[in-house]
Amino acid sequence: MAQERQAAIVGIHEYPLRVAPGVSAMNVKVDSIRAALDDAGLKWSDIDAIYDAQDGEAGGGLQLAAYLGLRPTVLDTTQVGGSSYEFQAAHAMRDIAAGKCNVAVLSYGSTSASNRVAIGTGGRGGPATWATNMETPYGATLIANYAMVKQRHMFEYGTTDEQFAGISVATRHHAMRNPEAVKAMTDLQFVGVNEITPQDVLDSRIVADPLHLLECCMISDGGGAVIIASAEVARNCKKPPVWLIGAGEATKYRENGGDITTSAGAQSGPIAFGEAGVSPDEIDIAMIYDSFTITVAVCLEDLGFCPKGEIGAYVEGGRLAFDSGEGPALNTDGGGLSSNHPGMRGIFLLLEGARQLRGESTSQVPDAKLAVAHGNGGLLGGTHTGGTVILAKD
Amino acid sequence: MAKRPQPRFPEPHTEHFWEGAQQGELRYQRCNEDCGDPVVFYPRHHCPDCGSDDLDWHVSKGEGTVYTFSVVRQNRMPGFIDLGAYSVAYIDLDEGFRMMSSVVGVDDPTTEIQIGQRVRVEFEEQEEGDYPIPVFRPIEED
Repeated sequence: MAQERQAAIVGIHEYPLRVAPGVSAMNVKVDSIRAALDDAGLKWSDIDAIYDAQDGEAGGGLQLAAYLGLRPTVLDTTQVGGSSYEFQAAHAMRDIAAGKCNVAVLSYGSTSASNRVAIGTGGRGGPATWATNMETPYGATLIANYAMVKQRHMFEYGTTDEQFAGISVATRHHAMRNPEAVKAMTDLQFVGVNEITPQDVLDSRIVADPLHLLECCMISDGGGAVIIASAEVARNCKKPPVWLIGAGEATKYRENGGDITTSAGAQSGPIAFGEAGVSPDEIDIAMIYDSFTITVAVCLEDLGFCPKGEIGAYVEGGRLAFDSGEGPALNTDGGGLSSNHPGMRGIFLLLEGARQLRGESTSQVPDAKLAVAHGNGGLLGGTHTGGTVILAKD
Repeated sequence: MAKRPQPRFPEPHTEHFWEGAQQGELRYQRCNEDCGDPVVFYPRHHCPDCGSDDLDWHVSKGEGTVYTFSVVRQNRMPGFIDLGAYSVAYIDLDEGFRMMSSVVGVDDPTTEIQIGQRVRVEFEEQEEGDYPIPVFRPIEED
């Protein structure tokens, strides 16, 4: 492979709790940053770049730097929903390659569960805009936006509920091996903290047709941090570096006559794979934003794992399980469906991708060499973003 | 009577569209430049295809096709809590624009709405507020 290896993930931490009453989002961020630095063998003052999705009570990178007590030379406040962390990782790659910084920190903290935030089924607030004035009267919940994509996918390609359910089954299989995910499902009072079958998914209630409850991610507290460093710094860290070898960014939105079953990933994916010089069939670990089953289905197609419309046949037979022997292994931490979704899951895609390439996953794929982390932000079917990052083992 | 949330103003882009709804008109814009995709919707001050600000308003005949839909079973938002299952849909209007709306006038939205169904606009009066909301009802075929 001829790709550049100038920046690497050197430190990671996932906040262990999914229900953390009395803890602030800023506490989650700071605790995670400290633990990720320790994982890397770096110290507080080594950080010279902050990437922040404007989460937490402080409200933005400006306040985060003050709160942390740092004077970074790079301050990036990219906020593109759940894909923010893939965009930020892409920017950190660029900034490090350009010599603007050496140790970049990405962090996330959220108390969505403790604050009872109805992410998927609540109203869509905010000021009146050219877009909200055209949509608010119709009561399209977040879930409904994704559900309309699934409806069209089933109509256009004949994809079945059973096939979509296979995505939930695979992630639950992985979650049951991850003690933090098991605790998450227990603390969030899941009905049945156990492996599930496609029939279980079909038997769960419909939240917005045709999406069943077990096709929808949880709403949790949580967060984490990722430290990305230059090659020079990475060589002296405690753990083997996980290289960032390609990245792509894109956005997509409702258009007259547009195809709702194609996401921004169709643009970001080829850019990232092209930069990395690898192809989807070489990928061992697919960390795909599983807000809902349909998100995974569409994004796997758009990234090129199978042709558009063929995801149903592709996932049949359980190939996405870490122990299927076929690959790619999907969301081996348990995903947003069964491990962790406080609102913006993108950071967990990077965390578990890095764990796999270090050999630290609870559903470890033997000798995993390449991972893709693909975040989807905003509303699939409406305005959304796609951020793709390719990770490689040292 | 329905209790849908109202559009809110001042909001300069959508004002003319909603004034149209008060007059029973489904309004959309077209770009006057000879560009590739002259139909503009949602309302804007420019053509997103070519960037021109030379746009005119037109009135749709109000007929179209269901592109996709969902039936919402759970919404905690006031105005929808008591509604029961209701549909949200993208409608492709015959003039070439796609709008979010709702298909109404069916006994059971979970079984009586289909992709490809022909629908016609109607303006649904609301319990509160000055703006009737454009929704769509299946066209009875002969």
